[in-house]
Amino acid sequence: MLLATAVAALALLPLGYIVRYSADLGWSGISELVFRDRVAELLWNTVRLLGGTVAVCAVLGVGAAWLVERSAVPGRRVWHVLLVAPLAVPAFVNSYAWISLLPGLDTYGGALLVVSLSYFPFVYLPAVAAFRGLDPALEETARGLGLSTWAVFRRVQLPQLRVAVLGGSLLIALHVLAEFGALAMLRYPTFTTAIYDQYRATFNGPGATALAGVLVLLCLGLLLAELRLRGRRQYARTGAGAARPVRPVRLGALTAPALLGLTGLVGLALAVPLGSLATWLVRGASTELDVPELLTTTGSTLGLAAAAAVITTAMALPTGWLAVRRRGPIATLLERSTYLGSAVPAIVIALALVTVSIRATPWLYQTVPVLLAAYAILFLPRAIVTVRAAVEQSPRLYDDVAASLGASAPDRLRRVTLPLLAPGIGAGAALVFLAVVTELTATLLLAPTGTTTLATAFWSSSSALEYGAAAPYAVVMVLLSAPATVLLSRDARRGMTT
Amino acid sequence: MSALTVLDVTKSYGTTPVLTGIDLHVPAGTTTALLGPSGCGKTTLLRIVAGFDDPDSGTVELGGRVVAGNGRGVPARRRGIGFVPQEGGLFPHLTVAANVMFGLPRRQRRDRARVAELLALVGLDADLAGRSPHQLSGGQQQRVALARALAPEPSLVLLDEPFSSLDASLREETRRAVTRALAVTEATAVLVTHDQAEALSTASQVAVLRGGRLVQLADPRTLYRRPRDLDVATFVGEAVVLPADVRDGRAHSEVGVLDLEPRTGDGPARVLLRPEQLRLTEPGPEVPVARVSAVDFFGHDARVSLELASGRVVAARLDGRQLPEAGDRVGIEVRGAALPFPLEEPAAEPPTGPAAGVFGLAGEPFGGPDGAPSDLDTTTWTPAAR
Repeated sequence: MLLATAVAALALLPLGYIVRYSADLGWSGISELVFRDRVAELLWNTVRLLGGTVAVCAVLGVGAAWLVERSAVPGRRVWHVLLVAPLAVPAFVNSYAWISLLPGLDTYGGALLVVSLSYFPFVYLPAVAAFRGLDPALEETARGLGLSTWAVFRRVQLPQLRVAVLGGSLLIALHVLAEFGALAMLRYPTFTTAIYDQYRATFNGPGATALAGVLVLLCLGLLLAELRLRGRRQYARTGAGAARPVRPVRLGALTAPALLGLTGLVGLALAVPLGSLATWLVRGASTELDVPELLTTTGSTLGLAAAAAVITTAMALPTGWLAVRRRGPIATLLERSTYLGSAVPAIVIALALVTVSIRATPWLYQTVPVLLAAYAILFLPRAIVTVRAAVEQSPRLYDDVAASLGASAPDRLRRVTLPLLAPGIGAGAALVFLAVVTELTATLLLAPTGTTTLATAFWSSSSALEYGAAAPYAVVMVLLSAPATVLLSRDARRGMTT
Repeated sequence: MSALTVLDVTKSYGTTPVLTGIDLHVPAGTTTALLGPSGCGKTTLLRIVAGFDDPDSGTVELGGRVVAGNGRGVPARRRGIGFVPQEGGLFPHLTVAANVMFGLPRRQRRDRARVAELLALVGLDADLAGRSPHQLSGGQQQRVALARALAPEPSLVLLDEPFSSLDASLREETRRAVTRALAVTEATAVLVTHDQAEALSTASQVAVLRGGRLVQLADPRTLYRRPRDLDVATFVGEAVVLPADVRDGRAHSEVGVLDLEPRTGDGPARVLLRPEQLRLTEPGPEVPVARVSAVDFFGHDARVSLELASGRVVAARLDGRQLPEAGDRVGIEVRGAALPFPLEEPAAEPPTGPAAGVFGLAGEPFGGPDGAPSDLDTTTWTPAAR
């Protein structure tokens, strides 16, 4: 309980910092900083990108999920993997791939295209999971009542997908709000990029913090909206046993357009960035490839990621355990506060940690522990979700049974509890590890001087327009992310929860 | 194998009393069923015996040794009690063999012959030893769970609704395998169930729990033939309850003049018959007549609903060869004696606790202030498991 409280407190630190700082500024200070034309412009940019991306992703994600799960389109398994694969390409790498090919993409349309292509799997995955969880009997009943395929989709499937699509959309919205690298590269200004510019210009001015405050308000608004929209309705299958397999809908003459659509989507989301990366890799390999540098950077990235994975998973254990074994308002509050903490964009977390560490613990400023703390705040929910699921898989019953068979407490921990939790803990750690490998924003602000990661090395090369030099780092990141993507595509039921 | 003695055990969760003064003795080598509707406290009692929960007061003795109560609490792992939970509770990360051998000292765990022997004991093939629990059917999981519980040769085996999650066909087969294994090992066993047929067929004595109290402890035949009150009567099987007037030791009722067992004093009373005691004959002037209102055909037998002259509906259970049609007029003949009950429920035992509602269905019409006899046919309450 104590440990979980400490973890929650750490997660809420950035929020507390924003509140505290805003209080210091006072209302007049805030209004002076916030009510400006520039802020209005940023707000408009951010909101229209947000709305556009969520809409595009919802259509792409649900459509693709229906084709893969419910239609007889050829090669459904292959398509599934290909549709999840874009997650292996970090958004800022995707953005680099596009802008280096088509420099004219620095518009709203370009930003919408690149961000949507990077994020649509966040809707696709939960939608697939939801389709798999749907009882086919409901659809058969509807068909028996004379509904067409389209009517079944609209009146039976879509309402049941609501929770999944809302969850995915929220995730995308939060990502768009927090996205820095991709949009900075496309020179599309939003709150996050503006905060970064402010920070670079005035280091720690009140301007950056005020903007961060607005950004945080947007995030909280999203979370609340999702909570209200989601409602209390739950869709459950009654009856025991596994659902019967579904008989897919024949597409007939529509097969070719469906295939074309999927090919186009995968082509844009996967083939273009990978092709672009390959081109730059080949072009840059002869002149600019610095192998020792690449190796050191990879090494330090892996080191940081491993440390962050271990620490974050360890922090997730007490919270995940409490959430299942000691259900109650306090446990829920502690669990939720970690989610809230990480809904705050990385840039705000980084900013908060910079300020707090300079003021409270100057000897910690720009050291690895602060960076690891930022990673922990950012990625705790990933670890908590998996640990929680694992704890749920090992109910107290097993403990009781083992006790009745004469096993002592340490014996039970060793022979029953740990083996049952191990896969969940491992998966959580892997997810955190891979998230850290491609983390850009917080690392840029918090990494100790002289420490470069793959993401920051890529960033400094590509923002200096040295596309060839940036490519190898991007390729290593994509390669490292690939295993997690495979994992996700296999275990679609668990979905992606940040 | 040891005897189990539970003395005056009470337990409350918060302000809700769950068990109020339970006394129970299970002789060594026998099986006792704890029978009651859900919420009657039977699982709580089981958990207290197992050592997963502590009683608020009272004692639990196992083979003459106090394991709970009197300020003593022997932890579950030192009680030597085998526990078979509802869904089997097999460790999902271990094979069948490793599950079965879990409770044995490290050195013995590798003994393959012993695994095969234990699996054979519960009627399973030794080939299953290498499987994972999720590759087994529900019934197989239950049997492995029993083998696991029996492996360390416990002094007592507890089974918590072990068959409730199984299909009807599998349930019967698994139940028989379990009964056989318990008999072979001469285990003392306590079986928790809400299914009266399961309790009557498996156990050598049945303890009926209601609202946290032990209402009756008897062997299955006595329980069925001589239930302590009408609530127990309707809970352990379908009942035909009729108002009657006792004169000279015989009950004059709508279905004729009935012998009573035991005898009772003259005056108004209620009598209990079981549906299988009713037989149909040709209607005649000397015979009580009824109209057949419905016939439920089950193959091996049939349940015929009979509407008596007063409009009350009673059930008869007949073999399936010669059945009337709905609407027929038939005569009724009663075989064997009826069990008399006083008109009013004794006030000493008001139904209390969370389970009161379940029994209220059967109990209320009798105790009701108006005593309306036309309500009596509601007592033909059929347990769902039939």
